[in-house]
Formats: sequence, structure tokens, C-alpha cells
Amino acid sequence: MFLWLTKRLSQAAMVVLAMTVIVFIGLHLLGNPVDVLLSPEATALERERLIADLGLDRPLWMQYFAFLQGIWHGNMGTSFVFNMPALDLIKQRLPATLELAMAALLIALVIGLPCGLVAGLKPKAWYSRLMMSGSVLGFSLPTFWVGLMLIMVFSVRLGWLPSSGRGETVTLLGVQWSIFTRDGLAHLVLPAINLALFKVSMVMRLTRAGVAEAAKMDYVRFARAKGLSGRRIVGVHILKNILIPVVTVVGMEFGSTIAFAVVTESIFAYPGMGKLIIDSINQLDRPVIVAYLIVIVIMFVVINLVVDVLYRLLDPRVRLEGKA
Amino acid sequence: MRLPLLFAAGTPSRRVLADFMRSPAAVAGLAVFLLIAVAALAAPLIAPQDPYALAQLDIMDGRLPPGSESMAGFTYLLGTDDQGRDMWSAILYGMRISLGVGLVSAVFACLVGTFLGLFAAYVGGRTESLVMRLVDLQLSFPTILVALMILAIMGKSIVNVILALVIVEWAYYARTVRGAALVERNKEYIEAGRGLRLSGARLMLRHLLPNCLPPIIVIGTMQIARAIALEATLSFLGLGVPITEPSLGLLIANGNQYMQAGLYWISVYPGVALLLIIVSINMVGDRLRDVLNPRLNK
Repeated sequence: MFLWLTKRLSQAAMVVLAMTVIVFIGLHLLGNPVDVLLSPEATALERERLIADLGLDRPLWMQYFAFLQGIWHGNMGTSFVFNMPALDLIKQRLPATLELAMAALLIALVIGLPCGLVAGLKPKAWYSRLMMSGSVLGFSLPTFWVGLMLIMVFSVRLGWLPSSGRGETVTLLGVQWSIFTRDGLAHLVLPAINLALFKVSMVMRLTRAGVAEAAKMDYVRFARAKGLSGRRIVGVHILKNILIPVVTVVGMEFGSTIAFAVVTESIFAYPGMGKLIIDSINQLDRPVIVAYLIVIVIMFVVINLVVDVLYRLLDPRVRLEGKA
Repeated sequence: MRLPLLFAAGTPSRRVLADFMRSPAAVAGLAVFLLIAVAALAAPLIAPQDPYALAQLDIMDGRLPPGSESMAGFTYLLGTDDQGRDMWSAILYGMRISLGVGLVSAVFACLVGTFLGLFAAYVGGRTESLVMRLVDLQLSFPTILVALMILAIMGKSIVNVILALVIVEWAYYARTVRGAALVERNKEYIEAGRGLRLSGARLMLRHLLPNCLPPIIVIGTMQIARAIALEATLSFLGLGVPITEPSLGLLIANGNQYMQAGLYWISVYPGVALLLIIVSINMVGDRLRDVLNPRLNK
């Protein structure tokens, strides 16, 4: 386990390092960093000072180490548009995205699990087939299109829910939350459903496959032979066994939910990290782009690492396979 | 392998074709897709208006609902956008770009992925683990994020969109092809080929590749749909095709701002076209997977 962990950790570090190299090269080869980092209105004096500051007269590898050092100290430049440190900007937008992603995963579990359970237990019933066809749509429909339709129906036609922004927030522990106000919750509903749709289909399919497999197992047959009630067999014996893989996969999907939030946030004008990166790309706000890329890659690598470790702790079979 | 022989009675291809035809949904999907493809190809011939010839547009005709008549007495079947552009013509031209970008990127991704997958499986050893490590790494990042990174670093352009789609997709082909090739590699015909001292390239391309085709076809169909959806998403976000060559995604984005005002047609109809493309391809792909998967055929 220890050896494996060291190997896995160094691999994660390698990925992050490789990513910084790619971003660095992208930043330096495809455009003069001075033009990139300096606002267009800068004077010649400011320009020279920046060149000296960035050390652009030094060899490339030294510049790269300076870039790495900046990342290490959390200094990734200042946003042109917002005129504040890029990293602070991302930190400020992070809670909104986290809130949205968590809400989406919660919806995916609350809807996907029961539906998958029913579909797995009664695979031939018409409602099971309907749900499975629905899940195909959930997989193939583009998120942004579904989001537009949600806005059209629920905000424009019916006027039930707001279609943009985050609504009222309260500050708790120095972070702004919208889940604690009525208005904030109302603003969260449509984006969260939109983001959850793909995951609902996924949880449904996973659960159905798991249930169909578990239902044939000896322990279920034995429980049935013992005369246990159907509810107890499903609720205790089957559910317990399929919950581990489902929850693991949902945990793994946390990262991709944050990534796909880019689309949802743009549609609903939701002020999270995803909208920030799209706006920054469109306004060529490079420091923010770089900071976002670095932050999201580190986040991803950490999530993948944690899931890997948890998986080995939870499922002894994986550990045995590693030894063989 | 001459084409007339390919579908001769009793050949496996004929059997697959017959099997495929037995599903009405799949045949309908294929028909819809072919219809769309033909309409997209023939767009300049069947579109009542050239949506990008600005001289033909009349701003007075802007934002007309579907079925309205223009000043010149011509009917806008699906309404007009804010610049007085006929939506039906814009959609026909948009489909050309969406399908084109999707197909081109899928072909390149297929070539790269298939070659690397075959090579990895055939050579084995360190090369194989290196390629597969890359595949794992690629697949551990969500598609949208990888595409976003590439476009953020390289800038926006149609070539970069295709490049991003290829980089996002090659790994799926590589993984599938390697899986299939690993099984085939140990069969007698490959051993016989080795015994005959056929060159590695000949063994890989003439013998291994044709036997790995079924999974490639299935993955390829699904990936085309995915590529089209991803391109639409990127264009919708303003990161995809330039405004001068609007794909369906960009048309939808243009209409987005009028959604609140109830001018639904500007983005709903391009969206319907996009859905038709994606769902019809998926229906074909679904059936192909059932037909070509030997495990389900038993």
C-alpha cells in the first residue's frame, strides 16, 4: 500500500508538472507574454519594467522555474478585467460552482438511485423501458440545449423560476452561500437540474446493472428462501452491495461535474468559476486563464488520487489484484 | 475485397445488413441521417436564401415569427433572426458546418487512435504501456475540459476546434482497438502470418485491422455524434467556429438572447436540427452495437 501510494503520488505530481509545462509553452510560444500580460494602454516604460520583472532576457528554463515559483507562492498574475489577483478571483467564484456541483450530484442520486432500482428489479415493465429510453436521451442530448429548453419552459412560459444569476446570498465563514436563502435556492434549481441530467442517466444505468446482477446472487436467493420480505431483501441486502460502486463513481464524477458546470453556468449566467473562464477566454484575460487551468488540473489530480485511495480502502479485491 | 462481393448473399456483411434492417428504429434513424446529410450537402441548391450574402438580407424582416411573409412576398418557413436572415436557410448551412467538423474530426481521431491502438497491441511491452498510460490520462479528464484547455491556450479557430476534438477523441478509439487487437493477436491466422514471415505492417494493416473493424465502426458512429454535440457546445460558448461560418451551436447561441423575449424560433429550430442529427446517429450506432457484438448474438 505504501509503495503503491508513493508511486501514485509521484505520478500525480508528474501530471501537474507536465501541465505547467504545457501551459507555460502555450503562453510563451503562442504570443509574446509581454503583450499578453500587459494591458494595451501600457506605456513604453511600463513595458520595459515588465520585461525586466518577468526576466525575459534570461534563458527559457530559468523563466520556467520563475513561473513555477509564482504558482507555488500562489502568484499567478493580476486580471486585466477585474484588476485583482487571478487566484483570488477564482477563490471568490469557487463556492458558487461547488454549490452547483454538489446540488447536481445530490439530484442525480435522489432521482437516479430509485429509478435504477425499479428498472433493475422489473426490467420488462413498461415504465422500466421508458426510464431506460429516457436515460439514452439524457446521455445524448447536449446539456446546453436542455438548459435553454428549461429556461424557455420554466422561466419564460411559466414564470416559475428565475433563469439567471445566483440570487440572494448569505455570508457564512467568510464564504457567500446561496443555499441558505429562499431566493438563492430558487436560482439554484434550474441550473442544478440541467447539470444533473447526464449524471441522473448514469446513476440510473449503474444502479440498474448492479441490481440486475445482485438479484441473481446466491445471497439474495438464500434471503428469499429464508422468507425475508421483499422490501428487506432490496433495502438491506441488494442496496448495500450496489451502493459502494455507485457512490464511488458519483464521487469520481465530481470533477467532471465541475468541468461541465462551464456550460451550465454560461447558460444561466451563474457567477461561478466556469462562467469566469469562458468570459476570460473571450476577453483574452490570460492571467485568469492560466490560474484557472492550473487550479482545475490540481483539483482533478487530487480528486482522482482520493478516489483511487478510497477505492483501494473500500474494496479489498482491488488491493489483492495489485499484489498478484 | 471488391464491393459487389461485400454484400453478396451469405457473406457476413450481408447478414449484418439484414440484421440491421430488422430494427425499424435504426432504419428510421439511418433514413433521417441520410436525409439531413443530403440536405446539408445540397444546401446552396435548396436553401431559398444565401444566409451569408448580407446584400440579400433585409433588416426590416428581422425577428419575424415562422410563416411570415417577407417584404418581397416570400415566406419565412421558420422565421428570421435579428438580422432578417431566413432561419431555414441558416439551418441548412449550419448543418453543413456541424456535420463537416464532426466528420472530419472523427476521421482523424479514428486514424490516430486506430493506428496507436493497433501498434500498441502488436508491439506490446513498453510502447504499449506508454500508449495506454496516455489513454488513461486522457480519459481521466472530462472531454469539455480538455477541449477548453486546448482552445484557451491555442486560441479560437475552426482548425483548433477540430484539433481539440481529435485530441479529445483519439483515446476512445485507441482503447477499443487495442482491446480488440489483443484478442486477435493470439489467434492462429496471425501466427500463420508470422510463420510466413509477413512484414509487421502487412500483418497489422491487412490481417489484424480488418478483424478489428466491427468495434471501430460502432465506436466511430457514436463518436461522430459526440463530436457534433461537443462542437455545438463549444460554438455555443463562443469558443468554436467563427461568427462568419456559424454552425448549429452558434445559431442557437445567437437566439439565446431573444429567448427571454419569447422569440423562441431563433434558437429552438437550430436546436431541433441538432437533436435530429445526434439522435439519429445514436439510433444507428445503438443497433450496430447490437448487431456487431458477437456476445449478444448467441
